[in-house]
Amino acid sequence: MIKYILRRLVSMIVVLLVTIVVISTLMYFVPGDPALIMLGQSATKEAVAELHEKYHMDDPYLVKVGKYIGNLLHGDMGISFKSKTPVWDELMARFPVTLRITIGSTVIGLIIGVVTGIISAVKQYSVLDRILTAISLFGASAPSFWIAMMLVLLFSVQLGWLPATGSYSWKHWILPLFTLGLQCSAGIMRMTRSSMLEVIRQDYVRTARAKGQSEPKVIVNHALRNALIPILTTTGIKMCGYIGGSVLVETVFALPGIGKYILDSVSYQDYNVVQGGTVLICICCVIITFVVDMLYALVDPRIKGTYGSSRRVKKVKAKAAVEG
Amino acid sequence: MSIFRKKNAKKGPMAEVWRKLKKNKWAMVSLFIIIFLILVALFAPLLCPYDYALQDYEHVLEVPSWAHPFGTDNFGRDIFSRVIFGSRYTVLIGFGCITVSAVVGIALGLIAGYYKKLDGLIMRSIDIVIGMPAMTLLMCLIAVMGISLRNMCIALCITHIPSFARVTRAQVLTLKNQEFIEASVALGANKKRIMLKHILPNALAPNIIEYSLGAGGVVLWSASLSFIGMGVQSPTPEWGLLISEGRQYLRTAPHMAIIPGLTIILLTFVLNYLGDGLRDAMDPRLNK
Repeated sequence: MIKYILRRLVSMIVVLLVTIVVISTLMYFVPGDPALIMLGQSATKEAVAELHEKYHMDDPYLVKVGKYIGNLLHGDMGISFKSKTPVWDELMARFPVTLRITIGSTVIGLIIGVVTGIISAVKQYSVLDRILTAISLFGASAPSFWIAMMLVLLFSVQLGWLPATGSYSWKHWILPLFTLGLQCSAGIMRMTRSSMLEVIRQDYVRTARAKGQSEPKVIVNHALRNALIPILTTTGIKMCGYIGGSVLVETVFALPGIGKYILDSVSYQDYNVVQGGTVLICICCVIITFVVDMLYALVDPRIKGTYGSSRRVKKVKAKAAVEG
Repeated sequence: MSIFRKKNAKKGPMAEVWRKLKKNKWAMVSLFIIIFLILVALFAPLLCPYDYALQDYEHVLEVPSWAHPFGTDNFGRDIFSRVIFGSRYTVLIGFGCITVSAVVGIALGLIAGYYKKLDGLIMRSIDIVIGMPAMTLLMCLIAVMGISLRNMCIALCITHIPSFARVTRAQVLTLKNQEFIEASVALGANKKRIMLKHILPNALAPNIIEYSLGAGGVVLWSASLSFIGMGVQSPTPEWGLLISEGRQYLRTAPHMAIIPGLTIILLTFVLNYLGDGLRDAMDPRLNK
């Protein structure tokens, strides 16, 4: 198991480094002078030169990228051109909002998605299955900002039950979380249904039934457990998508998250923030992927087995070869 | 020889898929709706009852009526005409971008699968694109290139290349070790001929699923980008932008946002449904 974790950890760091280099390279080629953005177009040449000197803006490419990675290790992402405060502090002030949206909506999506997916698979080709499948396809086809606006229209404008924008109390979070949660559940439901259908006719499920185990236990312990890997993968991908893509919901509900901050920074040409925000999102995604990989091993002992002691790996491989 | 052939054998794998797809009633309905929407986009100027930019301050924020089937917006412009004309942007961006992505992706997948030396380089570059969340990558690329319709399309193409490249590469890897490839090598065919004449036609089928699902994805992303102001700019009647314009009038004239949203959903829904239908038609486990 330790070998498995170490291997994943090393590949995670490599992926992260390459991604940071790619993002830094992209940002290096952005046209326009950041000093002019900070000082305004009427700035004197001396002031511009001074700023270039102060923030090392004229460094060559390799030095710039190297310094960026070095500083990143200390939690230094440079300063925002607009507010002249450290990017890291600004991002950390907004990070909890994005994190709350991501985790909350994923939990809602998982609960609704897995339950409806199981129902749909167990009752395949029934009316209920068809209705659920159609709703989930609708959810996967609707733009999240449109769902958000429709929920606002229904629950805030028409019924007046929930506030439309802001983040002052728990009530403000219900609509944003359910917007993404419902959309997330559509994807998870489809994946749960198809992967449950794969395992539900397997011999070991039939054996479990033949042993006289109750139907809920057969579904949860024998079928669902074996169908869990694709569901986990989808959930991981969805979570990464929401860390980066919650900007749409943040825009509709006026929530001060990272996505909205990056979006505003693009229009101010505040590229240190765009770069920092993107790097932070990528770090989160790599961590999510790592956690999902760890969960694979937890859910499916066969995966853990292939990364065990070298003798055991040989045994597993030999067995696999025999089985063809 | 012909007596040993099965009835459908010479028609190839695509004819088989088409035969199965035809049995799926709703997938065929989806296909017809897609063709209908493409035709609407192509003949938009002929179908619009009003000029899509014509402002009429005597009929502002009107609810749907016979004169204006989808109502009017805050400038008194006819939303029906704007939606029809907007289909030019949304539908054509959707199909245009996904076609470019498909061509580039399939070419990259073909090269990566066939030439082992280039495989690592191409697939690792593609892993970087996949590793970043789509929205972040799109925003990052548009931030670097500048906000415009053209740059949005380039960014959308880049984000959709990986799925085609991966699918094609996987196909090529299984195909290139098969006997008919060996046979054509033995007959002296050069690499270009083997790749284009023998491998490519056999590797295309799964890409059609990606194409259908990907087109739906591009439509959603382009609407989303236009909604947050990183894509098509006002006063162009792109569907995502129409929703964005309707946002300020959600309380007084909700139809401004509801109707363009429903048209986006119709388009992505039928594309996704067709993609699912194609997947079922190509799934050998469902062969019955």
